[in-house]
Amino acid sequence: MTTTKTENTKIAIRDLNLHYGSKQALSNISMDIAPKNVTALIGPSGCGKSTFLRTLNRMNELIDNVRIDGSVRIDNVEIYDKQVDVVELRKRIGMIFQKSNPFPKSIFDNVAYGPRINGIHDRKRLEEIVETTLKRAAIWDEVKNDLGKSALALSGGQQQRLCIARALAVDPEILLMDEPASALDPIATAKIEELIYELKQSYTIVIVTHNMQQAARVSDFTAFFYMGELIEMDSTKTMFTAPTKKQTEDYITGRFG
Amino acid sequence: MNQTPPVSMNFMREDRKDPAPPSLTGNTGGMSGAGNGNVTGFTTQGLRRRFRWDEFLAEKLITVVAFISLAAIVMIFVFVFREALPIFFQPEKEETAVVESAEEETYGEEYLGEAHRARSEEDREASRAETAGSEGRATLSNLAGTRWQPVSAVPQYGILPLVVGSLKVTLLSILIASPVAILAALFTASFAPRWAKEVLKPAIEILAGFPSVVIGFFALVVLASLLQNLFGYEYRLNAFVGGLAMALAVIPIIYTVAEDALTAVPRYMSEASLALGASKWQTALFVTLPAATPGVFAAVLLGFGRAFGETMIVLMATGNAAMLSLNFLEPVRTMSATIGAEMAEVVFGDTHYTVLFLLGAILFLFTFLLNAAAEVFIRQRLLKRFRGL
Amino acid sequence: MKRLRRKVLGSAVVGLSGAAAFSIVAVVIVVMATIVVGGKDTISWEFLSTPPREGMTAGGILPAIVGMALRVLIMSIAGVPVGVITAVYLSEYAGAQSRLARAIRFAVNTLAGVPAIVFGLFGLGFFVQFVGSGMDTLLSDGTDLHWAQPNLLWASLTMALLTLPVVIVSVEEAIKTVPQDLRAASLALGATKWQTIWHVVLPNSLTGILTGGILAVSRGAGEVAPILFTGAAYFLPRLPGSLSDQFMELGYHVYIMATQSTNVDATIGIQYATTLVLLTITFMLNFSAIFLRSRVRSRQMR
Repeated sequence: MTTTKTENTKIAIRDLNLHYGSKQALSNISMDIAPKNVTALIGPSGCGKSTFLRTLNRMNELIDNVRIDGSVRIDNVEIYDKQVDVVELRKRIGMIFQKSNPFPKSIFDNVAYGPRINGIHDRKRLEEIVETTLKRAAIWDEVKNDLGKSALALSGGQQQRLCIARALAVDPEILLMDEPASALDPIATAKIEELIYELKQSYTIVIVTHNMQQAARVSDFTAFFYMGELIEMDSTKTMFTAPTKKQTEDYITGRFG
Repeated sequence: MNQTPPVSMNFMREDRKDPAPPSLTGNTGGMSGAGNGNVTGFTTQGLRRRFRWDEFLAEKLITVVAFISLAAIVMIFVFVFREALPIFFQPEKEETAVVESAEEETYGEEYLGEAHRARSEEDREASRAETAGSEGRATLSNLAGTRWQPVSAVPQYGILPLVVGSLKVTLLSILIASPVAILAALFTASFAPRWAKEVLKPAIEILAGFPSVVIGFFALVVLASLLQNLFGYEYRLNAFVGGLAMALAVIPIIYTVAEDALTAVPRYMSEASLALGASKWQTALFVTLPAATPGVFAAVLLGFGRAFGETMIVLMATGNAAMLSLNFLEPVRTMSATIGAEMAEVVFGDTHYTVLFLLGAILFLFTFLLNAAAEVFIRQRLLKRFRGL
Repeated sequence: MKRLRRKVLGSAVVGLSGAAAFSIVAVVIVVMATIVVGGKDTISWEFLSTPPREGMTAGGILPAIVGMALRVLIMSIAGVPVGVITAVYLSEYAGAQSRLARAIRFAVNTLAGVPAIVFGLFGLGFFVQFVGSGMDTLLSDGTDLHWAQPNLLWASLTMALLTLPVVIVSVEEAIKTVPQDLRAASLALGATKWQTIWHVVLPNSLTGILTGGILAVSRGAGEVAPILFTGAAYFLPRLPGSLSDQFMELGYHVYIMATQSTNVDATIGIQYATTLVLLTITFMLNFSAIFLRSRVRSRQMR
């Protein structure tokens, strides 16, 4: 168990356990996630990294039979507290999924979905928000002339950046990305990675990735999961040059996984 | 960056108020704060659980409506049986038998003609004898009787002829429909080239979409005369015509469920057989068909249930004379047709009304049991498909 | 020798099953052709747009067409929303262990197998006798029969119940084809459950809802047994003016004309033509439902 101490902590996880029915998927995870940094979660598939990611915005609750105990604090607020409203929580945390999942609506309506949900219907305001977020997601120039076009007509990489824009439109502080580039070609992937680099100026980003090089390229911190446990976490540089655990080294050097 | 101890809460909150995304500050109020209504970062206050009226109402309303559709369904059960119940609690009425038999009722089915008239003389005799000591009310013994004459002066409510009538037509239709439908299903599942399937499937869909009154009309106007000319039997409308017409309504059900069962047989089974050198037809007959037996059996059960409850076809094509006979070439009156023909003319709440509801309750129970039995044999998915859902 | 026997047997099996299959096709063609040939000469604009005359031995079938349309319309207004909402409950709100959901599923399955005539009995016992009498008692001291007799409303509601399973099942099927990803995306954006259903789930199941509606309408349009004694009238020259009126109905008209008309032989052309109109309407409805459903299912495959 490694706890990385940083100058401050955005998300503090303590003794987190998660069970699917009788099967334990996460055991005793404790971790601190630094604000305005990129934290990469790596590990072989089925190691619990995606499950872990979803505990941060309580998306696991959508699955029946899930039991979670332990503590997750964001800005020192316990998000598993009974008093916490999960909808309010999710408004403050953006999530990007493995497979891009734009709504079958126009590009504009995709981005405007979140603001509209929050009660913004003024066309001008929406237009402003859409433009700003699309610019932030580095896709404005590609779509500015056909905002009315169906989002499904975009390429995979564009769709994924649109999804990022959609998440940014509700102005979250944290972005959770679940293998956002795994379905994309190298050029589209590079664009996403570039974007992540830009975004970390303003957002706390947690990214699950399969791709070791990607973790090395985009992240400031890396956490290695194996069999539902957090094996090791440190600055990415340390993790990739001098991991303390044998398992981490084996995985990073490609000996298994 | 590494060794700094965790900072205090206050500081973190302060920190968070830092100008958010630089590029967003351009349109202040556009995004932060205003952009999201009351989103104010991660504070206990901001995240406090709130009560959402619309959410609450939507959930309650949806649950209530779901409950209503359940209640409606339960109510069908309750009301059909409720109206049938008085039959079992009727006080014994003292009533001297009126020996003079009344006019035979016709319910306006002119077309059934000869059969009915031919029988009526004979009936009158029998009726006189039978009713000599009993009363015209539906005691249980009366129900079990062999005469159905609800509108005569001495009403007789023997449902036996109706039950036998229903069974006759149903059995006949199953005997005709099953071999055709199952063979056709086997053909589709095992032998049919692509083009044949593309002809067959829509044809079945069309057949399944025929309103039963259309099939009844066809049987009454075309089929009945055709068959009579062909075979030269006495009554134009009879159990045979009804059964044949009913087969048309039942074939799509049996076909669809049987075909589903046949195609659901795992590939490896037929492939194993083919690999052993068995020919296509041997595989179909000795591997696929036996493996799909439960589904095929269920198909027949479902067809049986459908035929038993079907009303319009029998109402139009069977002649509707309530005679107790096992001859398939004589007119019959089924339970469903009896309800359909007589319910509009009864006095609410009287014995006749109650007995008709009893017939309905029997239909309900019987089809329910058949469906339940079929469900044992096939999975839900198949059942849905059969219901055209 | 043995090989020959096998070959003969084989072709017999294939031939027999093929013959069975194509006999079905043949029957469908024969029935349709008979009705088309028998009815086509009588069909005219006048036939479709005028009421019957001279004791229903002449004239058209307008009241029957209007009656069917009204019945189907009221049925849809009453039945489709209930069916859709129930489907939403089953697929979105009910947990896997929900007793209510299991009870509803069981009831829907049962309902789908109940004979149409039994629905008619229910309509009579419940709507006419129970609800109708109650309304009369409340509205007019029960002195005159107004609602406590068969009418358009009761017939339509009976039919709505009959078609409820069709709607529920096809809408639920459509809702299931909405990718889980889209729900997750919406929820992750901070949308509530109802917002997600309203903005994402329902718009994406619109085709399925439409299919369910059409299937229900086509099933309802073809079914005569439940309205035999809940509202259909033998002959009414004028169109129904209120929900408490009786009405003429296309399928019922076919039945009446073929079995109880004053002169069966003289009206044979009218009978064929009425049947043809009924068949055409149900055919078109089924066709559009099948078309829409295949579109929904192809999305499911994707």
